[in-house]
Amino acid sequence: MAEYVQGIPIMRPYIDQDNQGYWDAVKNHKLVFQHCSKCDKYHHPPRPMCPSCHSQDTLEWKESSGKGIIYSFVMFTTNKMAYPAFKLPYAVVLVEMEEGVRITANTHEIEPDEVQVGLPVEVMFEELPDGQTLYRFKKREA
Amino acid sequence: MAIESIKDKTAIVGIGVIDFSTNIGRSEWYSACQCIKLAADDAGLNIYDIDGMVKNIDDGPDPSYVQKGLGIDNLTYHSESHWGTSAMMNAVQGVASGSCNYCVYYQAAHRVSGPEKSISDYRVAREVKDDSLDMIRYDFFSPFGLIGQPGYVAMMYRRYMHETGITPEQLGWIPVVDSENAAKNPNAIFFDKPITIDDYMKSKVIADPIRELDCAPKVDGAIAIIVTTPEKAKSMKQKPVIISSNAAGMAPEGQFHTSYTRDVITELPEMKNMGDELFRIAGIGPKDIKLAMLDDTFTPYVPLQLEALGFCGKGEGAAFIEGGERIRVGGELPINPDGGLIGQGRFDTTRIVEAVRQIRGTSTNQVAGADTILVASGAGGPADGLILRKA
Amino acid sequence: MLQEYVDRKFRTDNRPPVDINLIKDKVAIVGVGQTKYTRDSGRDELDLACEAIKAAVDDAGLKMEDIDGFDTFTLDRLALPMLINSLGVPNVKFSGEISGGGGAGCSVAMHAAAAVATGQANYVCVYRALNEASGQRYGRGDSYAEYMLTAFTPHYGYQWPFGFVTPLGWAGVWGKRWMYEFNITREQLGWWAVVLREYAQNNPDAIYYGRPITHDDYMESPMIVDPLKLHDCCVDTDGAAAYIITTVERARDLKQIPAIILSASQSSPIEQEIQTVYNRPIISGLVETWYHGQELYRVAEVDAKDISVAQLYDPYSIGGVLQLEELGFCERGEGGKFIEGGDNIRIDGKIPCNTSGGLLSEAYLHGWNLVIEGVRQIRGTSHNQVKDVELSMVTGGPGVPSSGIILRR
Repeated sequence: MAEYVQGIPIMRPYIDQDNQGYWDAVKNHKLVFQHCSKCDKYHHPPRPMCPSCHSQDTLEWKESSGKGIIYSFVMFTTNKMAYPAFKLPYAVVLVEMEEGVRITANTHEIEPDEVQVGLPVEVMFEELPDGQTLYRFKKREA
Repeated sequence: MAIESIKDKTAIVGIGVIDFSTNIGRSEWYSACQCIKLAADDAGLNIYDIDGMVKNIDDGPDPSYVQKGLGIDNLTYHSESHWGTSAMMNAVQGVASGSCNYCVYYQAAHRVSGPEKSISDYRVAREVKDDSLDMIRYDFFSPFGLIGQPGYVAMMYRRYMHETGITPEQLGWIPVVDSENAAKNPNAIFFDKPITIDDYMKSKVIADPIRELDCAPKVDGAIAIIVTTPEKAKSMKQKPVIISSNAAGMAPEGQFHTSYTRDVITELPEMKNMGDELFRIAGIGPKDIKLAMLDDTFTPYVPLQLEALGFCGKGEGAAFIEGGERIRVGGELPINPDGGLIGQGRFDTTRIVEAVRQIRGTSTNQVAGADTILVASGAGGPADGLILRKA
Repeated sequence: MLQEYVDRKFRTDNRPPVDINLIKDKVAIVGVGQTKYTRDSGRDELDLACEAIKAAVDDAGLKMEDIDGFDTFTLDRLALPMLINSLGVPNVKFSGEISGGGGAGCSVAMHAAAAVATGQANYVCVYRALNEASGQRYGRGDSYAEYMLTAFTPHYGYQWPFGFVTPLGWAGVWGKRWMYEFNITREQLGWWAVVLREYAQNNPDAIYYGRPITHDDYMESPMIVDPLKLHDCCVDTDGAAAYIITTVERARDLKQIPAIILSASQSSPIEQEIQTVYNRPIISGLVETWYHGQELYRVAEVDAKDISVAQLYDPYSIGGVLQLEELGFCERGEGGKFIEGGDNIRIDGKIPCNTSGGLLSEAYLHGWNLVIEGVRQIRGTSHNQVKDVELSMVTGGPGVPSSGIILRR
């Protein structure tokens, strides 16, 4: 449902050596999460050290199933707290992925009153007019 | 109830230093985690026992970031400090007041290859919108093309030359001795071999009378220092280095490198205030100091620090450094045997690390009998310092 | 793992023993000062800060030259050399700043207390000045659009591109989950806003003085970010406030009844971020508040039931009510029921809260106004004075690295 107002730029992520792999994957329409091959644990947001084993060279990118459920959400309904590039109302959902990590994003073709905690969703990708690629969540069969 | 003092209440038990570089190719966040792990290994401390974190405000990632990499379950004490190594004071107070057990002071800054610290970006961004009060009023200088710290320092240095007769041939001994010391220190990347006073005199003049070799270069690096109580230190891996004293100082009409409205601009009254307090707390005087780790970000500040801290009289700083004999290892008061910031790059915490190594007896340029060391930071602005001693 | 987290079975056995804590009972807040709280000050922050600091110094019966330490937020825009040159303070032996925004509302007091308790400074001034209403608003989405198109930290990169740029939205996510898990309703939350507005009607300094609301007004107020309505949100403020901390010993010779710091604490638990604490095992509770609360009680050797009055950092109602649970004033998940009707947090209720009107109705001065009100309750000079105050608690905000203090007479 997130739609953009023309002429206002969409903010970009801050990309550094720690999250380059994450955003590169998004560019290629893949969702990946940081995973420690030694501990077999996922971490989000990506970080430069595994908090379980303190290794800095066992961190890898693993592709996500792209499936999750809405864990919580907010609905922006007035322009006061909203970012002006978005048409109102728009939802930001916190999705608990099958890998156990939770990420935030906008929704795609989900009506405002359908956005509910527990709704099964899956990831999809959107090419923005400014050349950046972002992910969104759409409904899926449970 | 007597007023408490921090004298001998805390100790440095671990240091972690990554390899410095001018193109490190990793994030500051990565280096912060890395140097803290090195420091914990050095101390023989479980990373999860760290419960305090302090840092300089303009460096590296916030404590909560670093904590994410280290997986520490809770920090019961964290703070940021403005300049020099003044965050050390926060670490000392956190441990001495019983607010945390093991406080790590980390400085992770990639000043060459990294983006400026995010908060700085944020501040710069904010300036676009409105005038910025967090910056000093450089607008009294910049319209006239007086921009950048070497220029600010040059203004003061010119007056210092006029008042005391100090010459570049004298001041040049700071970078010469720094280069000699740096050549012995593998982590000092800016000199493979010592330079001569002729080399110094040929160094490019960037803001007359300041030469390129009068300014410490930028560097990518990360350092962590772990502080705890002397009691806890007893059962740890390294011989503890006792923090005998720790102080900070400011003075009226102070600005960063531009305190031009003072009656006398060729003194460091902040450093004097700090030094007086440092010696008062430790209960010793300049004569008891075996080695001084001084702020050589800009060389004219070194003789001024010697004067402000009472190592020589006013106006005598130039004679003290001339020829380098008195400030070399083996001299009357060795200064910066690690090569200083001229040799290692602008990285204030290197001074504390070298002081710790000297007291442990593990420096690559060891000063015999270096059991009481003064560390000074923040020349040309708010000053801070430490007196470290052998347990 | 999850159940252990829910039950707060965390390691607390490694804390330094209480008998070596130098802050407990040894340090006091001896002077408080504030400017007028407005929506458009027409002055810069340096100007405001000087006024508030002068007021605090006068209130304590000190001279400006006595001040030798400063502490504030990293968010504060003033450069300390400029501030002391304006004030005429001759030397500063201690200074610090705390990151994490409003969570540090009491960290600043704790660090000032540590400086004084360890003899590193004699009189530390804790100050904050901001033009949040007329200048840049942290809380407004459009304030970012004008000048910043790239998130300024990697963490924000996972939020900002999705039109998710404001603290209220970030907090709404954990707020929503908390409401969902425990069936907490807007009707219940409304009582927090209504009672705080009642308090503000007795406080002439409050921005919403003379503008009462009813529970119906709350329910009819517009939704800002579902789940939060207009009256759930703090009031952006221009102004400055300051207080002075010194030893209890020195306090005896000063003008005011000292508000003695019985305990002070800070916390930053796992996966701490600025509100976007979404990768903790659960988000329907905020462990930073639990942690600093446990430490406050441990050092003070008291319990929630011993607290007479509390000023809880509440940039939005959910932040205030959720702290009631984490600090043990009610059971987990019972916050909604606890504030229903409002009596429990009114002046003669179980735990009177935010008696100046708090961040919602007095001023959003990043918690400084809460500390000052906590001090007034000890002095007996609040506009909504609670009877027989023994212990006065103040907290920093939840969802960020947090903090708290307990004051006593």
